[in-house]
Amino acid sequence: MPDLDHIRRAVNVLNTEYAHCIDDDELERWPDFFTEDCEYQIIGRENVEAGLPAAIMFCDSRGMLIDRVVALRKANVYPEHVSRHLVGHCRITEVKGDLIRSEANYVVFQTRLDGETRIFNAGKYVDEIVSSGETPKFRRRSCIYDTHRIQTLLVTPI
Amino acid sequence: MKNLPADSITGASPTAVDFRYYRDPEIFEAEQRHIYAGPTWSYLGLEAELPNPGDFIASIIGAVPVVLTRGPQGALHGWVNRCAHKGAMVCRRQRGNAKDGSFVCVYHQWAYDAEGNLAGAPFQRGVRGQGGYAADFDRAEHGLQKVRVASLSGMVFGTLSDSAPPLESFLGEVMCANVRRVLNRPIRILGYARQMMAGNWKLYSENSRDSYHGGLLHLFYPTFGIYRPSQDSQGEIDTNGFHSLFSVFKSSTAIDYKNFSSEANREMKGAATLQDARVIQYKPDIADNVALSIQSLFPSVVLQQIQNTLAARQVIARAVDQTELIWTYFGYADDDAEMTRHRIRNLNLVGPAGYISMEDGEAVELCQNGTAGSDGARSYVAMGNEGGILLHVAPLGMDENNVRGFWKGYFELMRGWDQVNARP
Ligand code: FES
Ligand SMILES: [Fe+2]
Repeated sequence: MPDLDHIRRAVNVLNTEYAHCIDDDELERWPDFFTEDCEYQIIGRENVEAGLPAAIMFCDSRGMLIDRVVALRKANVYPEHVSRHLVGHCRITEVKGDLIRSEANYVVFQTRLDGETRIFNAGKYVDEIVSSGETPKFRRRSCIYDTHRIQTLLVTPI
Repeated sequence: MKNLPADSITGASPTAVDFRYYRDPEIFEAEQRHIYAGPTWSYLGLEAELPNPGDFIASIIGAVPVVLTRGPQGALHGWVNRCAHKGAMVCRRQRGNAKDGSFVCVYHQWAYDAEGNLAGAPFQRGVRGQGGYAADFDRAEHGLQKVRVASLSGMVFGTLSDSAPPLESFLGEVMCANVRRVLNRPIRILGYARQMMAGNWKLYSENSRDSYHGGLLHLFYPTFGIYRPSQDSQGEIDTNGFHSLFSVFKSSTAIDYKNFSSEANREMKGAATLQDARVIQYKPDIADNVALSIQSLFPSVVLQQIQNTLAARQVIARAVDQTELIWTYFGYADDDAEMTRHRIRNLNLVGPAGYISMEDGEAVELCQNGTAGSDGARSYVAMGNEGGILLHVAPLGMDENNVRGFWKGYFELMRGWDQVNARP
């Protein structure tokens, strides 16, 4: 019988570290939260509920996460902004050996150069976390968003 | 007056546009009448979104909410989503299936069929002789406003105008041929994305007709040193100038980004290498030599084939300075699971978070912001205007031909408005 409290604590810490990594603009560290064969996607709730697979960001290797960060730093043009994640407590939905399935609500606030802070994206993380290594890592992270209207564009991961 | 070449289209070639066209609410109102309710066809959706009798999707023509339905016999119908009683929106969902084939307004439960005919209104005869409608109340006179709909290879358009020419003549042969080419076999909807841009719809319409900005604003390819394996390309417009088609053909020659970087003001950083190149991989979809096509159909849709991404982008003018894009992604019905996954991976290139498309959202907003206080200031869209507006330009790139085509078509539709409202 796995110690659920222990697992919850570990996943909450992972989610907190993850959020701070993005919000502190340390995106170069962001791919390290994932396994090599990971799958990361940002997908609209309307698609998930209709069983449709199209995501606005879909990376099925850690290399693709690195490419996202490099493109953001060097290629893409977007309004300058900072992000602020608020992530709710995790809800562990399954534990199977080293594999943890977990969900957590999130809100991402975005502040651009005009200084106004807006809700940029609200949704829920649906995760598969592997806890075999030194630190737990995401094997899968789906950011399923309610905020279907992406304001302007999305470049920073959620 | 310069003699125009034979393949140019007649009429002025607008090379400057007053910025108030992007920000004047009066112009926005006039567009509703002259453009959207005028003799044009607006994109409503894809037939694959409503395969079965009773299926419906909510769409829009200009500001007018429209519902596209599939009737019991399989025919497509369109009606304005405005109850004939008090104007309430009858259909309140984005899409779905009306099980019994009827659409009931929640307010007083007037019920309509898929064609928009009034099937019944409760208590038409009143209750125990009290109330009710007059004996000559004729349901046939109280249906929903019908919308003419027409489909081209499963791409559905609607018009509010009786004087709109048939869809295929409105689009013209060249445009129809490419729609048929992309929709050459049954498709499967892969999903949606929506993007809201704080800018006028015409800024986006110009953007999708602007081949000049591609390699200058979108730096993903040069940054990663990706030489697109092709450079034969062309731009085309229809004979009114409304619609634009960019095609890039497969060929063995490569774009020389070295030469490009010395011309561009922004430094080409190069040097970076993709860790996972599957994102840009291309598996030919159609048995021809077109590797990319971007087709802008006036006034409200872009049909794209970029790598293996297939999408219709519906351009919705929500307000004078608010434009929504609804991306409907699709693949072909005969795709296997691996091909679908490949398309989803390719979608990283396009959409609101697309490597080579996200910048368009920023460009639209920057332009909109620039219109503030622009009293009498005008744009300058004169790149490559030597021969007037050409039906065909090759290769693609350093010209704004199709942007001028757009404005020519636009101003012709808006002419009535301009005469009445001409300012000194
Ligand atoms: S407004 Fe629709 S039934 Fe009254
Ligand atoms: Fe663009």
